[in-house]
Amino acid sequence: MWPEGIHRELVAAGVRLVGYVPDAGHKRLIEMCQADKSMRAVVLSTEEEGIGLAAGAWLGGEKAVLLMQSSGVGNVINVLGMVKECRFPLVTLVTMRGQEGEFNPWQVPMGQATRAVLEAMGTIVQVPGNENEITPTVNAALRLAYNSYASVAVLIPQRIIGIKSFQDQTSR
Amino acid sequence: MMKRRQVVEQLLANRDGLLVVAGLGSTAWDITAAGDHDLSFPMWGAMGQAAMMGLGLALAQPKRRVLVITGDGEMLMGLGSLATIGVQKPANLSVVVIDNERYGETGMQATHTASGIDLSGVARSCGFNIFSLEEAQEAIHRRAGPNFAAIKVVAEKIPLVLPPREGALLKARFRRALLGKDADAI
Repeated sequence: MWPEGIHRELVAAGVRLVGYVPDAGHKRLIEMCQADKSMRAVVLSTEEEGIGLAAGAWLGGEKAVLLMQSSGVGNVINVLGMVKECRFPLVTLVTMRGQEGEFNPWQVPMGQATRAVLEAMGTIVQVPGNENEITPTVNAALRLAYNSYASVAVLIPQRIIGIKSFQDQTSR
Repeated sequence: MMKRRQVVEQLLANRDGLLVVAGLGSTAWDITAAGDHDLSFPMWGAMGQAAMMGLGLALAQPKRRVLVITGDGEMLMGLGSLATIGVQKPANLSVVVIDNERYGETGMQATHTASGIDLSGVARSCGFNIFSLEEAQEAIHRRAGPNFAAIKVVAEKIPLVLPPREGALLKARFRRALLGKDADAI
């Protein structure tokens, strides 16, 4: 399954901090990061804090990855300016809402704007086409970010996550 | 009441291996007035993220002491970060708010602290140990954290003392000073 694949890539890349705001699509990955003694999972009050966390960690010589839902991307726009100006490497794994089959209309505006706002702030966006592409896409994003001092976001499409209703979401 | 530059000079006296992050605005100028340093990271943007930069740094460098110096307006924008830090409980992190009850860079408008909002009370509720200016040296360098102080200072317009502006330079100089050759390794 793709959460296990992502977790393996984070371990292989030497990621020590995982900042997250919970999301149903990231549930399994968050649990694996919490259970892994080689990394620390840091729950955030808002996604914006993850940028400060990751930048501070890099100043101190460690790698951090951020997990968030597409709605959270809207919360990080201004502080992505620091990432660009300082050339902090950053990997953000975004579970998408507001796409195929969305059941909550309030998710649609930010979901549809996610790619555009990330790219407008200088973040490179990569989108796996199917479930089998997620792990290699994350592998490539980690290498691109840390080897090239780039900000890279991987958007995991809603059709892959496959949550179809509020009931489905809360039952996971 | 104390003047902000005197307070910051006192905080940074005998800084030894202290790692310092300063929030956007006056506190970035204050740490520069006290003596620009390769192990200082003055922020020119990302308002609200100074304390979180400190958390990331403290978790990455558990054997070093980390000090965040920021303003009341900057801290108010990132109030949730006090709760986030309270959950992680970094023993090596101290946060000091230089509180002039004003947004100093934008025309000295009143912040929430001018109306009595108590930042130390918030920090205490989030699990920080609160210290005074008299205790600062001991707290910053030795006391198990997370530690917090909000120090009231005179609201005054004083000359700017500006650090280097280029973000990539500030990042690279900090990493080289801290990590040596490893800073440039892949």
